[in-house]
Amino acid sequence: MTTILTDAGVSSVDTARAAGEDLWLPAADLPRASGWTLKPEGLCQGEMCVPLPRAATERYLADGAVNLAAFWRLLGRPVLHDTSGSTWMLGAAASDRGRALCTLEAPDFTLPDIDGNLHSLSDYRGKRVFLTTWSSW
Amino acid sequence: MWQALYAELAQEDFIVIAVAEESRGAETAREWIELARPTYPVLIDREHHVADLYNMVNVPQAVWIDEQGRIVRPSETAGSHDAWRSRDRASGTLPESALALAAQAKRTYVEAVRDWAQHGARSRHAFTPEQARAHLALPDDKVALANAHFRLGYHLRAAGNVTEGDVHLQLAADLRPDSWNIYRQAMNLRELGPTGLAADDDFFARVDALGSGRYYPPPDLEGFPTELGFAPRE
Repeated sequence: MTTILTDAGVSSVDTARAAGEDLWLPAADLPRASGWTLKPEGLCQGEMCVPLPRAATERYLADGAVNLAAFWRLLGRPVLHDTSGSTWMLGAAASDRGRALCTLEAPDFTLPDIDGNLHSLSDYRGKRVFLTTWSSW
Repeated sequence: MWQALYAELAQEDFIVIAVAEESRGAETAREWIELARPTYPVLIDREHHVADLYNMVNVPQAVWIDEQGRIVRPSETAGSHDAWRSRDRASGTLPESALALAAQAKRTYVEAVRDWAQHGARSRHAFTPEQARAHLALPDDKVALANAHFRLGYHLRAAGNVTEGDVHLQLAADLRPDSWNIYRQAMNLRELGPTGLAADDDFFARVDALGSGRYYPPPDLEGFPTELGFAPRE
């Protein structure tokens, strides 16, 4: 079982194959694990498609599987994994975060309260939100 | 801290959302929440996702978001400031001179929040989009990598791989040494001290290393103490 962490959450995939710095996933499992879908034009998320470099397609695609780690690095995003290759962190690039902040649209998130009920920032649209942080430490 | 203001402003289209940057989770936060008895949502952010999205370095920091979901004041310190550095480390108390500054800082900030809660876009403390962009602190590649290490470290630890988890938490703290969120949370995960406060000699050495440099840019708010670095706009 492989655990994949992305901005979209945590997914467990039993068909992933880790090899060194590569993480191969059957194309069918890609949307659930990463939010990206393999299409003829490349890898797509919503309206956006990223073509795979023609010169090195085999680096990204082989036998119906996609090298998600290589694709993530192609996007300029951090890729980390534990030594056993069973937990992969597919992070956000500084430019992803910076671009989002520069639109001034408050990035949405969903978190539980102390009783486990989920709240999204967007649930409070229509109100002025004073979003503040604290901690016990 | 915000409950009295929130209760007072119950008639306004205004809400407080308090996010606990708390990797130990709800049970660690519970006693604090039960003490403060807030009527606004308090959310538990074990992975520090909000700090990542909004590029925060410590608690408390705050963002003002208007009715359309747009940022009108980006992340800034909301109650903490460099006056705290003169705190007596044994007793936790502030000297007289710093107490006055801390009180002025708090009063100025709370008044600004109240003014915005009541007047929205008409409040002089709500930035225009140009001003809001100018006040954004944007992450660089090291910060993005630090956040990835932090999240992986948290998950490995939670899955029982404490040794490897701590390696990633340490890498995160090394990549972003200015983040008390990362450094102190990692310390708190390694060991919960008797007070629960993650402040040991190494932490204070890091604070001392700031020298005369400021940890925080002060909030850009008229009336904020100039001793804490506030410089009135031209």
